[in-house]
Amino acid sequence: MPAKTSRTQARELLFGDLWEFDPAPESAPAHIDERYKLFIGGRYVTPKSKKYFDSISPRDGKKLAEIPHANAADVDAAFAAAKQAFGPWSKLPGAERGKYLFRIARLLQDRSREFAVAETLDGGKPIKESRDFDLPMAAAHFFYHAGWADKLQYAAPGRTLEPLGVIGQVIPWNFPLLMLAWKIAPALATGNTVVIKPAETTSVTALKFATILEQAGLPPGVVNIISGAGETGAAIVNHPDAAKIAFTGSTEVGKIIQRALAGTGKKLTLELGGKAANIVFDDAPLDQAVEGIVNGIFFNQGHVCCAGSRLLVQEGVEKELVARLKRRLSTLRVGDPLDKNTDIGAINSKEQLAKIKELVQSGIDEGAEIYQPSCRLPGNGFYHAPTLFSGVSQSHRIAREEIFGPVLSILSFRTPEEAIEKANNTCYGLSAGVWTDKGSKILRMASALKAGVVWANTYNKFDPSSPFGGYKESGFGREGGRHGLLDYTKLA
Amino acid sequence: MALNITKTPKCYVGGAFIRSESGRVYPLHDADGGFLANIPLCTKKDLRNAVEAAAKAGAGWAKRSPYNRAQILYRLAEMLESRFSEMAAVTSDKETRATIDRIVHFAGWADKYEQVLGSVNPVASSHFNFTVTEPMGIVGVLAPEEAPLLALVTLILPVIVSGNTVIAVASKSKPYPSILLGEMLAVSDLPGGVVNLLTGDRVELIPTFATHEHLRAIGATATKDEAKTLQQGAAESVKRVVLHEPKTDWFSESHDSPYAIRDFVEAKTVWHPIGS
Repeated sequence: MPAKTSRTQARELLFGDLWEFDPAPESAPAHIDERYKLFIGGRYVTPKSKKYFDSISPRDGKKLAEIPHANAADVDAAFAAAKQAFGPWSKLPGAERGKYLFRIARLLQDRSREFAVAETLDGGKPIKESRDFDLPMAAAHFFYHAGWADKLQYAAPGRTLEPLGVIGQVIPWNFPLLMLAWKIAPALATGNTVVIKPAETTSVTALKFATILEQAGLPPGVVNIISGAGETGAAIVNHPDAAKIAFTGSTEVGKIIQRALAGTGKKLTLELGGKAANIVFDDAPLDQAVEGIVNGIFFNQGHVCCAGSRLLVQEGVEKELVARLKRRLSTLRVGDPLDKNTDIGAINSKEQLAKIKELVQSGIDEGAEIYQPSCRLPGNGFYHAPTLFSGVSQSHRIAREEIFGPVLSILSFRTPEEAIEKANNTCYGLSAGVWTDKGSKILRMASALKAGVVWANTYNKFDPSSPFGGYKESGFGREGGRHGLLDYTKLA
Repeated sequence: MALNITKTPKCYVGGAFIRSESGRVYPLHDADGGFLANIPLCTKKDLRNAVEAAAKAGAGWAKRSPYNRAQILYRLAEMLESRFSEMAAVTSDKETRATIDRIVHFAGWADKYEQVLGSVNPVASSHFNFTVTEPMGIVGVLAPEEAPLLALVTLILPVIVSGNTVIAVASKSKPYPSILLGEMLAVSDLPGGVVNLLTGDRVELIPTFATHEHLRAIGATATKDEAKTLQQGAAESVKRVVLHEPKTDWFSESHDSPYAIRDFVEAKTVWHPIGS
């Protein structure tokens, strides 16, 4: 039965700009070095390339630190160290390997605030997200996988899990430390060693993470951290000593990596882009759905591969839902990510901001209707107002391409069949959302949607025990849970 | 003395017995070099037609209950057992027996692998969270030259048991077991189009297998060069590629495993809040 549309406008208090909120900046020190070194073989080393680049804080556009720009020789040194460490590390009893990972989890918890501030300064995400999501989740990933290290014989009945060797890992800029944890924890638990490269614009927390490894007393070479740009990543991917490459990033780069590995025998897992449908039926609890939609697309400024970037609303509630959504948008606070009240922080980089603006313009040009709440954006740094597009059709670029920003495209549907057809009509298949009060409808939709993660009456939830990964061009392999563990091993 | 009726070997595609659309054939000889039959030399167009047939059959096959898929695969074993001597004559007693056993093994997996491969995940938040498997869709299979029945069947079974459909290319030098297998599939209750068997030259077909976007995965034995072609083409649509050494021991019990099924399923994780 369709939800009743209210005849009277819901009452709301509109203060506009009557009162300014006082700034509430997080003041804990981030301890960011002026210039970083690479972490190879357990030592901090200056790059053989002798080159550095600036890490810019998207919060104010100012230089934050100097990051080593590693070249092929640096990558070689890292693989040599990882290769040397592999023998002893893989032969260490699982319980002992686990103890190192437990230590890392605890040390991350100890220094959680420091890392959260560093993450926010370097990447632009709101401090309340880095503090309440990225850091606790990163520590949880180490803690979860620590416990697997001595239980691998129970992960795949009838088979023995064997490590692969040296794993090359390349991670994105949207959850810098969390993606590092997703990659390193399962690799180490299963007895592999690692060469990992953070994204060019967000290297600080990865390089800081070396101090955690040092404090944990991790044997030299088990984890090697290399910063740099695209060609540094290519040197890792193409390194002959890499037994497996694990990549999280764009579908475009994922395809380049898959092509580069063809015929090499290296294993590969890819966690790539998405264009998730968030589907709201007319029997859904609308206020909860509004919260889920907002969380789905504006979490981390929409820099989320599984963001609910296509809202599919059943026709009967479209008007009501969009009205409530607009009302909710006007209460979102956009601004300084270091402010504890900020909901939407800074866009990660100038380049990403330009890409978002370009796609927003294409939405306007192709005839979709744009809505942005009135909000004052800081004068310096990279910011973008939360944006809704209604009247979007399937062929619009904003309905097909991954925007990776705080931009939601709204489409409507009449029947569940139409919703399934529209939701699945994409080359991606990472995630989807379903909002309805009817259990059987949830299960039907969940099984019909071609996506690796389906959130029903919730969105953007993650857990180390819960496998995450995509169908189709969103990649292959899973991260998290027993599923993710198996992707770092060979079954003997 | 009355003349024998010789059989015209045909490929089994979309539940029908076809010649290559190209009309091309290649001769098959016996051990003494005598002419046996003409085998269809299938083309890229035949492959694309087979993909269409598989696409039509896919949704229905994936919707069959695991119990039903188990019974249908078991029925295939019955069909092969009843023509044991005929198949053994073109392979061997040992290979035919091993193939029947493998079919029975995987028939039994149909309603069990989910409990091995899936999971309920103990997340920290108040959510019911589970991971189930789903078939990927249409899968390409390239069988090796040797063990022409057992290898072919070992590559096909873990793919179809979960609800995928298959287009397979049989051994070029020993295609006859695949011709007979097609006839057995046709009477096994397996819906037409679920397994499509082509004969011909894999070298001609590999580029299309690699790049055809409707094939969501490839399971193949491949040389290093073939592997490179397959994986490079697969990258265009992020296709999954599972490779086996051409010299694999197909009689090994290691193939009796749910992890072969795992290679051709997607894991789907579903979250739902617990509470009001």
